[in-house]
Amino acid sequence: MNADYRLELKNISKSFGEVKSLQNVNFNLGRNEVVGLLGDNGAGKSTLIKIITGYHQPDEGEIFCDGQKIDHLTVPRARELGIETVYQERALAELQSLWRNIFIGRELSNSLGFLKVKEMNAETERLMLGSMGFTSTAVTPESAIKTFSGGEKQGVAIVRALFFDAEIIVLDEPTMGLSLKETRKLLNFVRSIKEAGKSAIFIDHNIFHVYSVADRVVVLDRGRVAGEFMTTAIGLNDLMDKMYRVAETGSFD
Amino acid sequence: MNSTVEDSGTEQRLPKPQEKPVLARFLRRYGTQVGILTVFGLMWLSFIILAPRTFLSPQIYLAFMSTIPFFAIVALPLTMLVIAGEMDLSFPSIMAIGMVAFVAVLNSTGNVFLALLAGLAAGFLAGLLNGAIVVGIGLPSLVVTIGTQFFWRGAVLVLLNGKSYPLVAAKGSFIYSLLVGKLAGIPMQMIWLVVIAVVVWVLLNRHRFGANIYVIGDNKQTAELMGVNTARTRMLMFALVGVAAAFAGILASLQVSFFWPSLGEGYLLNTLAAVFLGGTSVFGGVGTILGTFIGSFIIGAIQAAIVAIGLTGFWTELIYGLIIILSVSMHAILRRRVE
Repeated sequence: MNADYRLELKNISKSFGEVKSLQNVNFNLGRNEVVGLLGDNGAGKSTLIKIITGYHQPDEGEIFCDGQKIDHLTVPRARELGIETVYQERALAELQSLWRNIFIGRELSNSLGFLKVKEMNAETERLMLGSMGFTSTAVTPESAIKTFSGGEKQGVAIVRALFFDAEIIVLDEPTMGLSLKETRKLLNFVRSIKEAGKSAIFIDHNIFHVYSVADRVVVLDRGRVAGEFMTTAIGLNDLMDKMYRVAETGSFD
Repeated sequence: MNSTVEDSGTEQRLPKPQEKPVLARFLRRYGTQVGILTVFGLMWLSFIILAPRTFLSPQIYLAFMSTIPFFAIVALPLTMLVIAGEMDLSFPSIMAIGMVAFVAVLNSTGNVFLALLAGLAAGFLAGLLNGAIVVGIGLPSLVVTIGTQFFWRGAVLVLLNGKSYPLVAAKGSFIYSLLVGKLAGIPMQMIWLVVIAVVVWVLLNRHRFGANIYVIGDNKQTAELMGVNTARTRMLMFALVGVAAAFAGILASLQVSFFWPSLGEGYLLNTLAAVFLGGTSVFGGVGTILGTFIGSFIIGAIQAAIVAIGLTGFWTELIYGLIIILSVSMHAILRRRVE
């Protein structure tokens, strides 16, 4: 346990039936640090992320948030702790309106659970004009998400993660399906998380994307942590060589 | 996108975007409701033209108000269930099992109020069982509720040995007039229908429960990733349909002061037809309470119209079947066009 870490995972193991997705994984995230998570398909990146966000519970291991042990991490608990996620699957409800998507699972409501629809509409409108950068009059808080472009949908997922005062932002393959311009915007956004003094975990297939924004890179291979590097201490070419070697042989050298 | 991190929670007011395409936006939002109201208007007009003697007399409307609530009261919570991507085919049998509990308590205590509570509780538990099997074991609700439909019908027949019961003992009680009496000439079951419609509408559109229902029906994985308790929400929905079915069964039986063990058997098709005609998507995620409310009255009116126009009653099932197929297909085609 180390209170200097924003988030610390110790000896995490998780199996799905016969498949050992994660074995004794140690992972930590510092304050105001952007950590890139790299690894081939099936390395366990998504499982690790879903444990951090409370979607999966680990079979073994401990989770600490700000030095405090968290016993049963669920999605609502993770959100209370300020862990927000932009999922690979976007986690949007396409047929529902924009405002409903922003507030899924934690609608503004009174103590009896009745929705504050007007407030949610107003907040959505403010976010649209400010953070999301929607200027078209065709889009309103009542517009259904299905009419949006890939980048706009990603924008919704990001704005949603930020609305609730996130301290740790987890981005799971956020550049998937984005255009070049939208990708650049997204990478700038990850840098802005750092500038705002928050922490982020950034998962991407694309090593260039990860290298350009991360302070530290953690490489997962077949459910284990194969190694980690400070991006200031390793060149992009070296890192790529190591990644290939890990994927083929399971070790860096 | 650079400044996004800081500006959550401040009250900086930006000018509203211009609201030019008001009509287009209105139609996009309320399209299904406008559609169902138009269908309702056109059908009504054609019924008046085809059978003016029937559809211009006030009696027919009183008859509608006394019989349509029996299935519309189930159709409303069933709409929520279908929006969440589930189905319940067991409600006709739950109507009857609720009445078994009602009759048992009525005959042993003579207290109509206790009998009512027992009936509703039986419906709640039967619905909860549906939900527990669907959620707990992870089976498609369509198949589970075909099973429970036969199970509860069988239970009714076994428990009562196939006998039917007169409910004369309940007649004249306060509960009787509260449930199926008349208020200013209007059948009480119609008033109950309106009350339940309002409650279900509020639950679906202005409560977290309903917000969860829409998300679950739209994309269950999204709901789970976003921390929605999908298991609890789905179980509770099945239980609500169960309570509504038991309540409808009690109303329908009290209305005729008699309980037949076959109670509910005629209600499956018209209830489903009302839900789907009302614009609720069989794929989940979309549906409105107003649609089902109006849909119920269209379905009820069709039944009367078939007879009034001079066709035999045999046509009703054929037409209900046709309505289900047409409305479900229409919705699927519309949905494909927008995607």
